[in-house]
Amino acid sequence: MAQAHTAHDSSHGSYSAYLIGFVLAVILTVASFAAVMTHALSPGMALAALTVLAVVQIVVHLVFFLHLNTSSEQSWNLMCFIFAAASVIVIIGGTIFIMHDTAINMMSR
Amino acid sequence: MLGKLSLSAIPLDVPILVGTFLGVAVIGLAVLGAVTYYGKWGYLWRDWLTTVDHKRLAVMYIILAIVMLFRGFADAIMMRTQLALAYKGNPGYLPPHHYDQIFSAHGTIMIFFMAMAFMTGLMNLVVPLQIGARDVAFPFLNSLSFYMTLVGALLINISLFIGEFAQCGWLVYPPLSEMQFSPGVGVDYYIWAVQISGVGTLLTGVNFFTTIVKMRAPGMGWMQMPVFTWTAFCTTVLIMVSFPVLTVTLALLSLDRYLGMHFFTNDAGGNVMLYLSMIWTWGHPEVYILVIPAFGVFSEVTATFSQKPLFGYKTMVYATCSIMVLSFVVWVHHFFTMGAGANVNTFFGIMTMIIAVPTGVKIFNWLFTMYKGRVEFTAPMHWTLGFMITFSIGGMTGVMMAMPAADWILHNSLFLIAHFHNVIIGGVYFGYIAGMGFWFPKAFGFKLNEAWGKRAFWCWFVGFYLAFIPLYVLGLEGMTRRMNHYDNPDWYPWMLVAEVGAIVIACGIVCQLTQLYVSIRDRNLPENLDLTGDPWNGRTLEWSISSPPPAYNFAVIPDIHGLDTFHTEKQLGLKAHGKPLAPIHMPKNTSAGVFIGLFSFILGFASIWYIWWLAAIGLIGIVATMILRSANRDVDYYVPVSEIEHNEEVYSRRIAAAQAAE
Repeated sequence: MAQAHTAHDSSHGSYSAYLIGFVLAVILTVASFAAVMTHALSPGMALAALTVLAVVQIVVHLVFFLHLNTSSEQSWNLMCFIFAAASVIVIIGGTIFIMHDTAINMMSR
Repeated sequence: MLGKLSLSAIPLDVPILVGTFLGVAVIGLAVLGAVTYYGKWGYLWRDWLTTVDHKRLAVMYIILAIVMLFRGFADAIMMRTQLALAYKGNPGYLPPHHYDQIFSAHGTIMIFFMAMAFMTGLMNLVVPLQIGARDVAFPFLNSLSFYMTLVGALLINISLFIGEFAQCGWLVYPPLSEMQFSPGVGVDYYIWAVQISGVGTLLTGVNFFTTIVKMRAPGMGWMQMPVFTWTAFCTTVLIMVSFPVLTVTLALLSLDRYLGMHFFTNDAGGNVMLYLSMIWTWGHPEVYILVIPAFGVFSEVTATFSQKPLFGYKTMVYATCSIMVLSFVVWVHHFFTMGAGANVNTFFGIMTMIIAVPTGVKIFNWLFTMYKGRVEFTAPMHWTLGFMITFSIGGMTGVMMAMPAADWILHNSLFLIAHFHNVIIGGVYFGYIAGMGFWFPKAFGFKLNEAWGKRAFWCWFVGFYLAFIPLYVLGLEGMTRRMNHYDNPDWYPWMLVAEVGAIVIACGIVCQLTQLYVSIRDRNLPENLDLTGDPWNGRTLEWSISSPPPAYNFAVIPDIHGLDTFHTEKQLGLKAHGKPLAPIHMPKNTSAGVFIGLFSFILGFASIWYIWWLAAIGLIGIVATMILRSANRDVDYYVPVSEIEHNEEVYSRRIAAAQAAE
């Protein structure tokens, strides 16, 4: 196990990268709370804003904390991530598309 | 103490089942007795049951698949016989309660335990050999996967004799499969059998994906991979994406049944239609999981027996990959009539028609491979030609039904049944049998009998058309699937023809058994022995080593310079590389897979019957075995150079003997 750990040291990122990631994550979190608690946005707009902020938050975590980038040693991780994201979009997006359309068409909602 | 289980669960009142049980018991005891009489238990345990060797696991998978083929086919011929009898006043010999279990079991067994097991077996045998690897990436997981599949198969067959099986079709649609309408244990048998074998399939997917990505011989880039390996790769991707969806869907259904939740119930906010969408999100990729490796088999068989490189290797790879992607955006065509609007149905209808394009590309590639080749009409080539004709017809009826308007008439009719048997028998089954004949000498060192193989093919081919073309007609005449009895005089003659077809297919299965018997009997005849390891003048790496290969496959890992390197070097008369031998690092056999399988069986069986203390024992057993296995550091060994040298010498003597015989 000891050898396995040393092999990964190169991808553990620098102190400043963690700091930038942390600051960005805090800003995004505060912005999310603000979007809801200040009532500045309509409910629909607040939902849209939260969705965007959540997706950006995921990207920030991936890049700064999980060190996902386009370098060659990360290429398989990046590829798996893009693949997983695409599958999720097809499966969940497709299901929502179908079920929504069915609900409208059958007037069950 | 015993949950729902009592003596009344044993169906002593059904003579067919009592007879079957006696038959199974006699055969089982005979096998166990023979193993004891010949003192083979130690050999069986050490060399087979605890093995992590992918080639031996492959053999066990294919034996399981053939046994399950008998079970599934017995169900099929019983259904055909019922429908040949149950016309007008005659109720037939199967009451609806029993008939419904038979059609549910037929589909479940044929897909999950015949086709999936056969496919995994072929992948296990061929993929590591084709890429020049010494085993798969995770040999222990491979053994575990096999036992998960086996446990699922056992559970589903035990439902014959203890309790009952599901009566709501092979995909157990709710609300019929909910507690309210199916209070028995049938659906629970289905859920646990499929869930446990699903774990095995998912692990196989991960295992072979990693193997293909990480363990290819040096120099073998993506575009130097043999086509069968490419198709296996696409299949593993499909498995990894789609099987979790199946697991989640069935888990939600079990929450409904076991904990009274309301995911798919009629009331309390449940949504039955969501189940349809979710199960087919898995179900459509599943049929491509089965057929894509069959396409790989046909590519290898056609190229080898036409003595030519495969026509359009690159387009074949691109076509396979497009089918892989497209198979994820067509699932609504299984339920166009559910009530989705024109937008959804049009999108999925068009996507379904598009998927026929790459499939057509493949058909033309195979045809052009044969064009001006010196085609040898061996038994695997017969299955391949039969596939091209049959699958094209099945594909065209599929495109017909891809049109939502046409599907509204044909949905759930026998036309649909004819269509999917047309592609699954004509595509998947023909492919796997071609593959079995093609790679059999690699696994055992002798060839299968050609004459009986061709007889089996002709019976299957003719029997298929006799059994299923009538179903197209019946579908257009309005006969629906899963019918137990009918009064329409127009349907009766067609049903009789279909029954004759099923009997001809039964003759095909008898021919296949005879083929196995005759081949084993005559295995030492010089024309049947495969001394060189290359009986067909093959193109890919698996033919560069002895048949059967040593446990470590390759004494020296070959260097790859392009597509079909082995064949090119053979043509140029290049000798083996003469690299120095080194000790080979190999995994040790382990019994952990057997024990995890055993405890999974206990967990599944106990949960089906609500025997919770026993289920807890099963679960604890699984975790404990896993911990013990993880703590064991003594999992590998080195094959010494002296042993490799000895094997190589035996192999060169066999080659010399073969050359002397010529």
